[in-house]
Amino acid sequence: MGKAELPLHAPGTKVDRGYIGQSVPRPNAARLLQGRGTFIDDLRFPRLAHVAFFRSPYAHARIKKLQFEKAIKSPGVIAVFDGPKVAEYCTPWVAVLAHLKGIKSPPQHAIAIERACWQGEAVAAVVAESRSQAEDAVQLIEAEWEELPVVVDMEESLQGKQVIHPDFTDNVCFKREHDTGGVDEAFAKADVVVEETFHFGRHTGVCLEGRAILADYNAAEHSLTVYHATQAPHMMQDIFSRHLGIPEGNVRVIAKDVGGSFGIKVHVYPDEMATAAISVILRRPVKFVADRLESFLSDIHAREHRVKVRLAATKAGEILAFDMDDLTAIGPYSVYPRTSGIEGNQVVNLTGGPYRHQKYRGKLNVVFTNKNVTCQYRAVGHPIAVALTEGIVDLAAQKLGMDPAEFRRKNLIPDDAYPYTFPSGIKFEKLSHLRTLDKLLGLMNYKSLREEQKHLRAKKIYRGIGLAAMIEVTNPSPAFYGVGGARISAQDGATIRLEPTGMITVMCSVTEQGQGTEGIFAQIAASAVGVSMDKVKVITGDTGVTPYGGGTWASRGAGIGGEAVLQAGRALRSNILDVAAAILKMDKQELDLSGNKVINRLTQETKMPLEELGRVAYFRPDTLPMDFQSELTVTRHYTPRQYGFTFTNGIQGSLVEVDPDTGFVRLLKHWCVEDSGTVINPMLADEQLRGGVVQGIGAALYEECLYSPDGQMLNGNMADYLVPMSAEMPDIVCAHVETPTMQSQLGAKGIGEAGTAGAPAAVMNAVNDALAPLNARVTAMPFTPERILRALGKV
Amino acid sequence: MKAPSFAYAKPRTLAEALELLARHGEGARILAGGQSLIPSLNMRLSSPEILIDITGLPGLNEIRSSGKSVKIGALVTHSQIEKSAEIKKHVPLLAQAVPHIAHAAIRNRGTLGGSLALADPAAEYPACAVALQATIVISNTKGERRVKAENFFQGLFETDLKQGEILTAAEFPSGGKSAFLELTRRHGDYAIIGLAAHESRCVFFNAGPRPVLVSMRKSLDETKAAAMKELDPPADLYNSSATKKHLAGVLLERAWTTLSTSH
Amino acid sequence: MDHALDITLSVNGVQVSRRVAPRVHLVDFLRDELGLTGSHIGCEHGVCGACTVRVNGEIVRGCLMLAVQADGCNVETIEGISDSGEARDLQKAFHEKNALQCGFCTPGMLMAAQDLVLKNIKPTREEIREHISGNYCRCTGYQAIVDAIEEVIQAEVVHGKG
Repeated sequence: MGKAELPLHAPGTKVDRGYIGQSVPRPNAARLLQGRGTFIDDLRFPRLAHVAFFRSPYAHARIKKLQFEKAIKSPGVIAVFDGPKVAEYCTPWVAVLAHLKGIKSPPQHAIAIERACWQGEAVAAVVAESRSQAEDAVQLIEAEWEELPVVVDMEESLQGKQVIHPDFTDNVCFKREHDTGGVDEAFAKADVVVEETFHFGRHTGVCLEGRAILADYNAAEHSLTVYHATQAPHMMQDIFSRHLGIPEGNVRVIAKDVGGSFGIKVHVYPDEMATAAISVILRRPVKFVADRLESFLSDIHAREHRVKVRLAATKAGEILAFDMDDLTAIGPYSVYPRTSGIEGNQVVNLTGGPYRHQKYRGKLNVVFTNKNVTCQYRAVGHPIAVALTEGIVDLAAQKLGMDPAEFRRKNLIPDDAYPYTFPSGIKFEKLSHLRTLDKLLGLMNYKSLREEQKHLRAKKIYRGIGLAAMIEVTNPSPAFYGVGGARISAQDGATIRLEPTGMITVMCSVTEQGQGTEGIFAQIAASAVGVSMDKVKVITGDTGVTPYGGGTWASRGAGIGGEAVLQAGRALRSNILDVAAAILKMDKQELDLSGNKVINRLTQETKMPLEELGRVAYFRPDTLPMDFQSELTVTRHYTPRQYGFTFTNGIQGSLVEVDPDTGFVRLLKHWCVEDSGTVINPMLADEQLRGGVVQGIGAALYEECLYSPDGQMLNGNMADYLVPMSAEMPDIVCAHVETPTMQSQLGAKGIGEAGTAGAPAAVMNAVNDALAPLNARVTAMPFTPERILRALGKV
Repeated sequence: MKAPSFAYAKPRTLAEALELLARHGEGARILAGGQSLIPSLNMRLSSPEILIDITGLPGLNEIRSSGKSVKIGALVTHSQIEKSAEIKKHVPLLAQAVPHIAHAAIRNRGTLGGSLALADPAAEYPACAVALQATIVISNTKGERRVKAENFFQGLFETDLKQGEILTAAEFPSGGKSAFLELTRRHGDYAIIGLAAHESRCVFFNAGPRPVLVSMRKSLDETKAAAMKELDPPADLYNSSATKKHLAGVLLERAWTTLSTSH
Repeated sequence: MDHALDITLSVNGVQVSRRVAPRVHLVDFLRDELGLTGSHIGCEHGVCGACTVRVNGEIVRGCLMLAVQADGCNVETIEGISDSGEARDLQKAFHEKNALQCGFCTPGMLMAAQDLVLKNIKPTREEIREHISGNYCRCTGYQAIVDAIEEVIQAEVVHGKG
């Protein structure tokens, strides 16, 4: 099928995509450039109180006694609360979902009661006139603890000699096994079998803006307004309502400017729930902003996996089967409401993703530990699945003596094989693996890179070229969470209102954290309605204003929110033309809307400016036919229905140089070819890829949350936890192929996580390609100089 | 992470500063650039009673060269050192080291005196001072005393500074060939390990609680063997002792050509 | 307030006098006392650069300077260099190249970038990357920021400002 046409006018007229496909600068960037954005910590309220938390210094300990006498008397202190007190106002939760069969987790409270299960878990809350005073008082809390056995190592946790939760008989949160059958037979008859064990270091989001919440309970109305740096305001509205016992309609959640999220800010955090409960208890606004040290201890972590994988192939280079065993360590609780079983579940679903083998076995164990909790973080499970797949694929290519690009070409699902059901059960609408492979190799000038590599190797300069093909989950239907019983909406809505002066206001339930959601909605709305971009205002992130929806996660903003905006825009255009026809006493079919004007569709002659139509419709409806009513505010919703997940595909390339003396890796360049369907704003799409790639580079080379054997986080600060900074990052070349989805008029799939999904694999393969002549190989991320020197036998 | 409460004084003379230090004893901390002290306060790693801000003391922010040596006042910032033509000419090792210190915003405030007095094992200046055989100038109520850099750095964050004293300057001999190398994961980070070398003196930093001096021998192999014997770097979060030792050897090899031509 | 001191300083060209506790760092003072919330707090250890402001013409970490140390100083924030127009070229280039996403690092990044622009040198891309290597951005991947700074510096050179 060819590129989808985008009929933005009524049928029969010329096709005009308007702003769609243009690299328009984001209107809402202007305020951010002047420091005039509004982040939660920027808000000022009368009687605003500040919360600081007393956090467990132990990874596992019983709280024997907490004494607040000194803390209460500290200057500026308003109140001090323990777990039982907050529990009177906030009910606990259990993070399980019905479709993750057998998943279990103990109930979790807003503030721990009786027992702290990870270092950093909040055990008491101090409320004061300022954050400084709250912290002063936290130091005056006296606590008596009884240390309990700590489980840190994932293999030990799985063995279960020490069970963390007294109500359970093991530490398994969730396990799953998927088997197509015929796997052992495939391995038995294979000419080549390769196997590897990969380790992935636990890491975390490090959003520059710490988690932030300001809860404002109005006792007279029994209403709660929460200003929250969250990706999913409606989800939080539901959760505050149910757990604090406030009717849903009395809860309003407002997300202002959010300083980065990447999934970190889509989860329910006990300290944030405690803050909301405290506002109810104290009947005044209360603010909590996680500082950097507590962020490292309490923002969700992710991606701690040990994966064993085997690949079976014929000597002709055909992949027959994958066999995978994934063990992953989460914290002591599954995180609410999305659960901590999803990341591992994705690894099972996605292993081997781009390839056309038929036999597959995937095994998963998700185990509790006394380290920080983990949950969905950008590209959830993909970085693991892609790295283990592409890593073992490269190993197979090496064993077969085949060029890694050609080995992939032989095994990628052909571009005409769709729709296609993959051995793990996931379904692909239409992907373009071969097209993206060819495009990537062209962009990289692959052949000459290989020649140059050979030439430099002779001079003992070790460059490596790594490829990583991938599939990615975007635009999920209720299959992700809804089917499991979670009150997480997979549908979204957009309301568009024509203002009397001819401007339009777009209110959409998908949210913005910098990726450009509001920008692309303006582009889509302007194009769909027929106005210029400067006439468009976009409002997101306010449950009191927008339609009900899911917010931002799983790369769904463009595909789902964008579609709702498009449909609303088209419907509004139609309604505007109804009014125009009534005013002009013409046939609606003769009219169109373009460039802020009602025009004669055939002659393109201006019939009336939109602001004139607005004036008449709103202020002079007495001049219109008796039975005519203008409807210039329109709402449309959209839910992806045909496919549980709308998969995209992409392929990345990495060029590195490894210094065999120091073990340092220099990133020379990176390429990314992505097929995310209709691209609404190439500049924003490219930058999502780049930002994602850099986060993936962080995973591959720099980032790891290090823990001591007794569960203490060793590097929880910005000096010791290494995030990518500009000097070490490469320039990243991006290109697109567009295979629109037929499930929507817009045809857009998602792109927000693709960079992160593939970059760790590409960099790993490049590093191993560089080390190959030295008979060294690395399989444990991040690839620190020490790990590379060890592989080289130098230490 | 808000700092705990403390008092603050900004003396206008050295005498006033020394008097304040004497009065408050261990409850006082000296504040100059604050680039190391203030983060530790923000993280509540220390809670002094009073900070004594010495940035108002006259005469401590000058760079004065006098033929054989350059005297750098304790309040001279890294940024001033970076921009100084005199230092580039007469004490090139310092000019080579300074761009490695953190980032511009830190260098605009951080001072030479602060860095020497703190004696962070990962810092650049202490190693440079030892390599250059610099003299540390200290003021106390009795007057001034001088200590050779080699003797000044005594252990982990431990120097010869006594309670109530203020480091006021450092004197660096002029001339000579030098080399400076540092290995960091990211530009501006603390070094995994580094080497400040001047003439035949190779000084490794972040290789132990204090700078480690290894004298150059006639050949690279001999020098390397001596270094491997003398170095016993503590492991850090990411690098074992063996890795650091190996990297020290690599730095020595890389600096050798520059150094050996002057030997 | 314990130990509070009176300070007088110029902030974005306006003289301000306040009584402040010594422990309050400069960026908290700017944000909480003066309502200048454009400078952000990302770490309070001096590593991320979100709090970068200008004091007496030099960029500094606002979280590593006490407000009392700014007594008698000339402090400039993102609001100041925006309103004066000093940052206009950079802001335009940042906007056109989307050298920002969430905007949290942006004020600090612009301060660091402007510091480089004012040096009147012709840095390579690598040197630009080095100069902003003390400013953490999690969103953009840095490339667009480097592009924007490069464009402004090249334009300055062409127009003889360099």
